[in-house]
Amino acid sequence: MSAEYDIAETLDVKGASCPMPVVKTKGAIDDLAAGEILEVLATDSGSMSDIDGWAAGTAGVELVEQEEGDDVYKHYVRKTE
Amino acid sequence: MSTDTPDAPTDDAPSRAELAARVDELEDALAEATGDDGKKMSIIATKGTLDMAYPPLILASTAAAFGYEVTVFHTFWGLDILHEERSKRLKLSSVGNPNMPLPNAVAALPGMDRVTTRMMEKRIADNDTASIEELLETSLDMGVEFQACQMTIDLMDYDEDDFYDGVTTGVGAATALQDMADADIQLLV
Repeated sequence: MSAEYDIAETLDVKGASCPMPVVKTKGAIDDLAAGEILEVLATDSGSMSDIDGWAAGTAGVELVEQEEGDDVYKHYVRKTE
Repeated sequence: MSTDTPDAPTDDAPSRAELAARVDELEDALAEATGDDGKKMSIIATKGTLDMAYPPLILASTAAAFGYEVTVFHTFWGLDILHEERSKRLKLSSVGNPNMPLPNAVAALPGMDRVTTRMMEKRIADNDTASIEELLETSLDMGVEFQACQMTIDLMDYDEDDFYDGVTTGVGAATALQDMADADIQLLV
């Protein structure tokens, strides 16, 4: 799936539960440059809704895609500005 | 044939240019009132049990991740969340909670709070839920302002040096009220 775009950084928050996936995603996206994409790997099932909601309510980020794997939830977030 | 058009301004009607200027003026006032200077959240934290210490910290750190400017005003037992030593041994009450798997008569026995607290701490560790200290440090790093109510610091006989680095002391109800008045979200926990 990730063939269409380059992933600048991968954040592994497997095992962490609410609110850490969102909080750490915010921290990691701050370190990226505009246009770059962050991959987030989580095991918290709530992260699907939480990262979606966070991206929708936060300026300067955009949710590119979410993928529900066997045990891991993958999120792709682009920093837009 | 008259040269008057229905749109022609009369003496008491504003001209199109005047209306346009007035619209611009109102739009500026609206932008100022709604403020595009970022959102704010104000939380008042009054409880110091292990279970009640989580909601303000989870909401504060999450709001900071959304870009909110967050203030948490801690008063009464809520001060213990900011107390470097006491925050590490917050207790879960075994009585007064009908969802606890113990009858109150048993839960009231000496040492039972320690038992239920230990059970909860084990669950927190097993579930990889962040600790109170971790949430507090993370929130401080993200710029959340934690305030310790001066009146209750004095009342509880705490020392200002007992609190985590970065905690604001010397504030009272008026500061909290001002933050609440400016905030988009206000919560009492």
